[in-house]
Amino acid sequence: MTNAPTDTVASPLVPRKGFSRMADPVFAALTGAAGILVLIILGYMVVVTTLTAWPAMQSQGWSFIFSTTWDPSRGQYGILAFVYGTVLTSLIALVIAVPFSLGIALFLTEIAPGWIRGPVAYMVDLLAAVPSVVYGLWGVFVLLPGLLQPLAVWLSRTLGWIPIFAGPGSGLSFFGAGVVLAIMIIPIISSLSREVLRAVPSDEKNAAFALGATRWEMITGAVLPRAKAGIIGAVMLGLGRALGETIAVALLVGSREQITASILKPGYTMASIIANQFTEATGDHIRALVGVGVVLFIITIVVNVAARALVWRMVEA
Amino acid sequence: MPVGMSAGTPAGAAAGAPAGAAAGNPLLMRSTSRARVVKDVAARVAMWLAALIVLVPVILILYYVAAKGLPTMDWEFLTQPTPYSMRLRGGGFVNGLIGTLLMVVLAAVVSIPLGLLGAIYLVEYGKKGLLAQVIRFFSDVMTGVPSVFVGLFVYTAMVIPFGFGVVMGAASLAIIMLPIVVRSSEEMLKLVPRELKEASYALGAGHWHTISRVVLPAAAPGLTTGTMLAVARAAGETAPLLLTALSAQEIVTRLVGEATASLPVLIYYGARNPFPAGQERAWAGALELLLLVLVFTLLARVASSRNRLWQ
Repeated sequence: MTNAPTDTVASPLVPRKGFSRMADPVFAALTGAAGILVLIILGYMVVVTTLTAWPAMQSQGWSFIFSTTWDPSRGQYGILAFVYGTVLTSLIALVIAVPFSLGIALFLTEIAPGWIRGPVAYMVDLLAAVPSVVYGLWGVFVLLPGLLQPLAVWLSRTLGWIPIFAGPGSGLSFFGAGVVLAIMIIPIISSLSREVLRAVPSDEKNAAFALGATRWEMITGAVLPRAKAGIIGAVMLGLGRALGETIAVALLVGSREQITASILKPGYTMASIIANQFTEATGDHIRALVGVGVVLFIITIVVNVAARALVWRMVEA
Repeated sequence: MPVGMSAGTPAGAAAGAPAGAAAGNPLLMRSTSRARVVKDVAARVAMWLAALIVLVPVILILYYVAAKGLPTMDWEFLTQPTPYSMRLRGGGFVNGLIGTLLMVVLAAVVSIPLGLLGAIYLVEYGKKGLLAQVIRFFSDVMTGVPSVFVGLFVYTAMVIPFGFGVVMGAASLAIIMLPIVVRSSEEMLKLVPRELKEASYALGAGHWHTISRVVLPAAAPGLTTGTMLAVARAAGETAPLLLTALSAQEIVTRLVGEATASLPVLIYYGARNPFPAGQERAWAGALELLLLVLVFTLLARVASSRNRLWQ
């Protein structure tokens, strides 16, 4: 940096008259306007989409949310099955992703030898950089036939008497979508958890060691209680991402408007029905799909606000 | 995991917690039993395994995209538009590449300056004030808005009156990028040492001069990292483009009112179709898109390694 000129007269830092007197307040106003723009866009998004969807939601009444009948040809739009599919796939994703994310976050912050941290962290970050359509393509043509389908068939044969594993187990399913979602949210949960774990003061870790704790006891006794709120926040951010994920799920979840206990059967999620039907929809059908988006938006916003509040309390403090 | 059991804080434990708390807290179990060591080793093994297993999908995805994409990835694929039928072999995704580049560049040109200005407001003017905190919080919330919802918004606000087009696709990408740029730039601007700014003020420079001549140059590598990651994210978005730019077989000629192909949407259509020729093009397209995204991520890495503000 060469910001310490000896000759102040020639310095670019010395304000010229006129221009600079104007520049400061104008620039300040400009930055403020840009900041407020974020709020305006967010608010405008909510208003415009809600207004568009309102006629369709109103004509359906409460059955828009509580009915499972989605039949555009007869003008019936009930989204409950899609809400169910969204929640189910996200839960499957969380059940798989959380242990792995925490495992890798703890591995990278607490036990990994120095030389391995960089490369492993880089590989996990790489997972975050892969576009969701590539996940979808890979999921449909590689993971599904190679691993998920045989696994699902085996599950339904051996555990098929349990309702959640009922079904033929072949083809697209909530399960397949959930597994790919899990791979997609692992980098999100693990990188945020890493930040939270790093925020735990090393004094407390050393205190645990000084008391004779093994490394694992140090983690469960000193690190995790401290980091709990932040980790829950990180998990919820992953959940928010899973709820709204569209393209990979649209390719993997199948397309059936149904609520079924079995995770091995196909369904729809809120995001995937929008991607699937929007381009062929007209009139009220479009309004109803925008309505699906509004409900999805509300759910993800609630999850995100709660998550941010938890992470903020942890990291900013 | 006995997280709930060890409610007694280590600080309390160190200060000599009451004997009652000792039973549940692993830190206070002094006896070195075999079980404790076994548990420790088991936990370490589990963490190593978690790390190794997570690396498997990374390697598999990279391998399959390369192995299945490379055979179709040739000069024709890079330079020819998509054929009219998925059954036909040959052709390529140049229409999608041009569409993606146009939309990403346009989105970047709009969202990066705006996001940067917003970040400057947060760091230099708003600071810990109420408005700044509100903007900060809702920027964070906005990064979590599903991209398909952004697509729905742009559809209702812009596509219904003006039709599909590059501008509409770019608008949705810009909305997705904006909060990412704001928050990542803010983090970087916060790292500029106060002494540097104070030196500038001491020399008589105003706010605008200090920010444009001192703060921004000092933070430039970090700012580049954040923006490159936002660009990489935008380049891979599919759902919003499906609703705002749609797709086309031809190379785009107009910015508004003409459906436009993009790499992600072409890959999506290829993945959904039953014909091998279309699927092969989808794999080559995935390779092309992944390389594009990795270039931006790599640029971000390079910029980040040039960043001297970390210390």
